[in-house]
Amino acid sequence: MVTKKEIKLSFVIALWFMALTFPIMVVKVNTIKHIVIFRWDNLLWTGIVCFFASLIWNYFLRIKEEKKKSDTKEDIPIVHRLLQNEKFRIPFLAAIGLFAIAYPFVFSMYHTSILISALIYVMLGLGLNIVVGLAGLLDLGYVAFYAVGAYAYALLNLHFGISFWVVLPISALLGTIFGTLLGYPVLRLRGDYLAIVTLGFGEIIRIILENWDELGNGPRGIGNIPAPSFFGHQFNQHNSVIYIYFIVIGLVLLTIFFVNRLENSRIGRAWIALRDDEIACEAMGIDKFKTKLTAFALGATWAALGGVVFAAKTSFINPMSFTIWESITILCVVVIGGMGSAIGVIAGALVLILLPEYLRAVAEYRMLVFGALQVIVMVFKPEGLIRSVRKTYKFERTKE
Amino acid sequence: MRLFKIILGIAVVGPLGFLGIKEIIADPVYFLELFLGGLTRGSIYALIALGYTMVYGIIQLINFAHGEIYMIGAMTALIVASVLGLWGWNSAVIVILAFVFAIVYSCAYGFTVEKIAYMPLRTAPRLSALISAIGMSLFLQNYVMLAQTPEFMPFESLIPDFAFWEPFAHIITAVEMSIIVTTVIVMILLGMLIKFTKIGKAMRATAQDKVMASLVGINVNRVISTTFVVGSATAAIGGVLIACHVGQVNFFIGFLAGLKAFIAAVLGGIGSIPGAVLGSLVLGISESMFTGYFWSEYEDVFAFTILVIILIFRPSGILGKDEISKV
Repeated sequence: MVTKKEIKLSFVIALWFMALTFPIMVVKVNTIKHIVIFRWDNLLWTGIVCFFASLIWNYFLRIKEEKKKSDTKEDIPIVHRLLQNEKFRIPFLAAIGLFAIAYPFVFSMYHTSILISALIYVMLGLGLNIVVGLAGLLDLGYVAFYAVGAYAYALLNLHFGISFWVVLPISALLGTIFGTLLGYPVLRLRGDYLAIVTLGFGEIIRIILENWDELGNGPRGIGNIPAPSFFGHQFNQHNSVIYIYFIVIGLVLLTIFFVNRLENSRIGRAWIALRDDEIACEAMGIDKFKTKLTAFALGATWAALGGVVFAAKTSFINPMSFTIWESITILCVVVIGGMGSAIGVIAGALVLILLPEYLRAVAEYRMLVFGALQVIVMVFKPEGLIRSVRKTYKFERTKE
Repeated sequence: MRLFKIILGIAVVGPLGFLGIKEIIADPVYFLELFLGGLTRGSIYALIALGYTMVYGIIQLINFAHGEIYMIGAMTALIVASVLGLWGWNSAVIVILAFVFAIVYSCAYGFTVEKIAYMPLRTAPRLSALISAIGMSLFLQNYVMLAQTPEFMPFESLIPDFAFWEPFAHIITAVEMSIIVTTVIVMILLGMLIKFTKIGKAMRATAQDKVMASLVGINVNRVISTTFVVGSATAAIGGVLIACHVGQVNFFIGFLAGLKAFIAAVLGGIGSIPGAVLGSLVLGISESMFTGYFWSEYEDVFAFTILVIILIFRPSGILGKDEISKV
């Protein structure tokens, strides 16, 4: 399995990395107190980790090459196969449904609150999945639309006293408008510029929010955002968390429904076709620009909805909640979960958001791991953890 | 459409130019300071933008991790300088060694990043390589943050205040002057590398047509690696110089600098080396004017606005050629 040559190579690579990471991993300087600490144990660890990582890396690269040569048909992921199985699907969905309903009553408010933020990420992930996964447009400023939604609720409520349920459609509309406005100039361009422009747009929104004091108090943010009411009835703190939980569950279900319907619609197929080959797509008579714009605007709509829920849940927002890291986290959810695959994105969001919450000890390594995972997933499994399965149509001869 | 663009151009530039001339006459020294400040800033952008534009010219990839390479250059220089400083070495030796180590390490990082994150994806869709690049950038930032510190670290300037420069120091400091001079030297060297050496020729050939280049016996993989190494070296020089100028370093400096340099590269016409330099100087100077005469809080917004305007009206940049997509 592992040849002598490979071990030798990995040894050299480990040495290379030990040299490469020496100044940053081993030497730690404190330029204020003028102290230098040498952490020699780090050198050893780097060497060992790199040796094994390189062995595994090369092994998987070889497998990938062999797979490419043999050209085997990829099998459908197990999750999809299980879900397609009628016998399994109904009890499975029922179990998940029951668990979701019982969750806030069984577990404490703290756990419910964490699950709410994970579910908000599910929404955001599914929204971004339309843009990145289906239409193949890399949007790095997704958080800007999230901020639009959150600030829309906070400001409309602060100045005009408009309630959550009225703001929800308004902010969705605002998200669409912002998405169209931004998409209009940039979507004519080639794909990779889009990443930079959206990244820039995300930062612009944050900088404006930080500096424009009259709009949203600048860095101090807006507090006392009321929780949603139930036909005019305001819950106490504990019940309102449960209430928001159910609202989010409802919104997530709505999102899943919409995304599912969209994916198999005319426009959804146009998105996927556009992602796979733009020129062929244009030749088939699809308006490239309009199709991209719809994807972009729809993605923005979901971000804005997520923003409203976020503002209602935390009851306090400031520009610090809408940094580039949020955009990148959402992107990681989509990429690692599986671009274009709704189940993958849901699983990705739950795993990537819940795990660091519960493993507090390693939470600081979160972004490091996200970055590494993005590279690894792209190199070895570009389709993500749970691959999307295109709808196939079977023609069966009917019995006469 | 063309007429519309010209009218719009005059409508924007005209009043700005009028206001500008009025301001310059009112306070010429302030203008000169802003101009030289912008030139310094533009020089740094140029050193970073070169890496972007060269890599883009060859493999059509926005190397997101390039800003991080620049940050690692600055970090390495800081670490080497402080260790040697504590050991009581001669300051001239420290300056040279700090630069050498920064360049060598940045090159090594650039080389490794290419081998890990981009080489396996040479034939993959562009989106995959782009996401991999973002992942790499995220990884490197957090790696430096966790291994060192998330705080800003003070960076003692490696470049002394030369005595002979004293009379001019109120307009432009010795550090700023060194930045401009170094950039000019690096540009000339790079121009010569690309124009006159064998590897430069190979780079140009690969940028034009990868398949054809490999047919005439060019090792394309090696050329791509060399491009990353050269780009990383100039970024490292930029990193050390800016650290001397600003006086502090942290793990996050590469992000914004990388973005700005990318904007500069697009402004000049991505893929074109003279374009990257021109774009950087234009961006640096106009940014400096904007912050000097208008709002300094919206400095970054200004750069992005420029990017959007360029992409709408002239996506190929100042010196770039229009790209025709072929089937």
